Amino acid sequence: MMHESNSTNSDFVIPAKAGIQSDQIAGFRVKPGMTNSNNALLQVSDLKVTYGGIQAVKGIDLHIAPGELVALIGSNGAGKTTTLKTLAGLLHPASGQIHYDGRNLHNVASHQRVAMGMALVPEGRGVFARLTVQENLQMGAYSRSEQHEIASDLARMYELFPHLAERKNQIAGTLSGGEQQMVAMARALMSRPRLLMLDEPSMGLAPLMVQKIFETIRDIAALGMSILLVEQNARLALQVARRGYVMESGSITLSGAASELLGSDAVQRAYLGG
Amino acid sequence: MKFNSKSKSLLAALAIALLLLPFVTEALLGRGWVRIVDFAMLYIMLALGLNIVVGLAGLLDLGYIAFFAVGAYCYALTGSPHLALAFPMAFPDGVHLSFWIVLPLAALVAGGFGVLLGAPTLRLRGDYLAIVTLGFGEIIRIFLNNLNAPINLTNGPQGIGRIDPVSVASVPLNITQNIFGIALPSVHLYFYLFLACTVLVILVSQRLERSRIGRAWMAIREDEIAAGAMGINTRNLKLLAFAMGAMFGGASGALFAGFQGFVSPESFSLMESIMVLCMVVLGGMGNIAGVILGGVLLAVLPEVLRHGVVPLQQALFGKTVVDPESLRMLLFGGALIVMMLYRPAGLLPSRVRRRELDTDEAAEKV
Repeated sequence: MMHESNSTNSDFVIPAKAGIQSDQIAGFRVKPGMTNSNNALLQVSDLKVTYGGIQAVKGIDLHIAPGELVALIGSNGAGKTTTLKTLAGLLHPASGQIHYDGRNLHNVASHQRVAMGMALVPEGRGVFARLTVQENLQMGAYSRSEQHEIASDLARMYELFPHLAERKNQIAGTLSGGEQQMVAMARALMSRPRLLMLDEPSMGLAPLMVQKIFETIRDIAALGMSILLVEQNARLALQVARRGYVMESGSITLSGAASELLGSDAVQRAYLGG
Repeated sequence: MKFNSKSKSLLAALAIALLLLPFVTEALLGRGWVRIVDFAMLYIMLALGLNIVVGLAGLLDLGYIAFFAVGAYCYALTGSPHLALAFPMAFPDGVHLSFWIVLPLAALVAGGFGVLLGAPTLRLRGDYLAIVTLGFGEIIRIFLNNLNAPINLTNGPQGIGRIDPVSVASVPLNITQNIFGIALPSVHLYFYLFLACTVLVILVSQRLERSRIGRAWMAIREDEIAAGAMGINTRNLKLLAFAMGAMFGGASGALFAGFQGFVSPESFSLMESIMVLCMVVLGGMGNIAGVILGGVLLAVLPEVLRHGVVPLQQALFGKTVVDPESLRMLLFGGALIVMMLYRPAGLLPSRVRRRELDTDEAAEKV
């Protein structure tokens, strides 16, 4: 079920502008002035992250509704990966709030977030190079215990990525970049996530492979998965996404419907070479 | 584990060969060699323990012998008259706990030290970790060397002697025992004890490797960030790797103390840590059979040199030209260089290492 939160599709300016709300979400009282959060699966407010002595993320707000594909675009060094790592619990925020499924993620360790349904496909893919494709996928189900369901999920992954089925016993390190990206995505899906966070899936891939990866992302989204897609390739990302955020040196400067962002002058100039 | 009939009979043959080993060794080479075989078993246990840390979890530990030392001193203190020196009122005869009580305690204490080393080094990898662990190993040794004042805990460089022998079912192992009409000298008795312990360590290693924990360790070794993203609690699992490895080290240390009857800090030098690491690397990191082979070779070869080189030189030149002790390090270093050039994954490479090297070759061909 897609449910559009009240002020996303139409507004196309600064985030954090929704009206005052005071709904109760799973016992958490939403403070007035926060962005719309009625049905958000992920709600990030005023997130600040310091990384290596510099403030890489300078207070951003974003949210993802269930089943939504949201793109976070921006140039190199804008703080996109830092944001994603913080959401996954691999970095700790200096301040700000992250709510997932109505729960405050403060003090929730990264491995617990995976169990809660948040899966990260790390930058540079991070496949276990010396393990086979199948072993990689099995590692993805580390947080789960039901062997039968894991086996059937494994079969589903090979349906979703038929290319990997042919190579299930191959060492992941010997695959091409695109194949490794597929392994990384399939591995993340093996944890049965509700929110899939993809960090630069197009990085270092041949154009044809990029197309293929993005088709797969669209397929996964069509299954109802919520996806946060971090990309430098703004055009492709905005083509598959429903909404987008533009990040520049640690702040979100633009947000709105993907189609509007694609057409906007600022985005055209800065990222699309138009 | 399932065995077919062929591997079953192979296993039975191996078991019989191992049971006869001390007798054969004694008959062929003399009783001194049985003692060397006993030490080889201790080294195998140590190497298997280190293999968990280095081979499975990929954490380079250059101070591993410290855990062996901790275990050895645990038994030295609680199974000897020594503590009577420091606390004459409390322990007029020293402390004489049963070895079988101290063994798990020594493992636990060493495991605690493992966590102590692991906790501050969680963010370190590779060479940085190696340097910290090297320092840790030296700290333990220097502590043992100097803790004879103000309270004489470790007796300093003189070490602790008169340690109680290990007893199995109230049969002390330090004197010849007649069992079923067969006279078993002390070294034989210890051999069977060590053999049982080594088999146990091998079984535990094997189970660990194939367990969920073992897979998580391998994932951490491959890519720590990705492992974290899989829902692996990398912090706890790294600490567990250190603790597990240290427990094996501590238990073998207690066995060593009971076997030797004497411990002193000089048994726990950096060279010993490096020796154990070499056993793991030479045999084949991450492969249990390889690690055992490495342990046997490196424990036995120096003795072969010591006993073979002098008579050989006497026969050739009529006098000893090169001291076998210095020759030992020369040959040892040379062998390692040759190894790294021609068999970089070790004598018996693990499945994963073999693949990696195949991958490199495949990559070179492309």
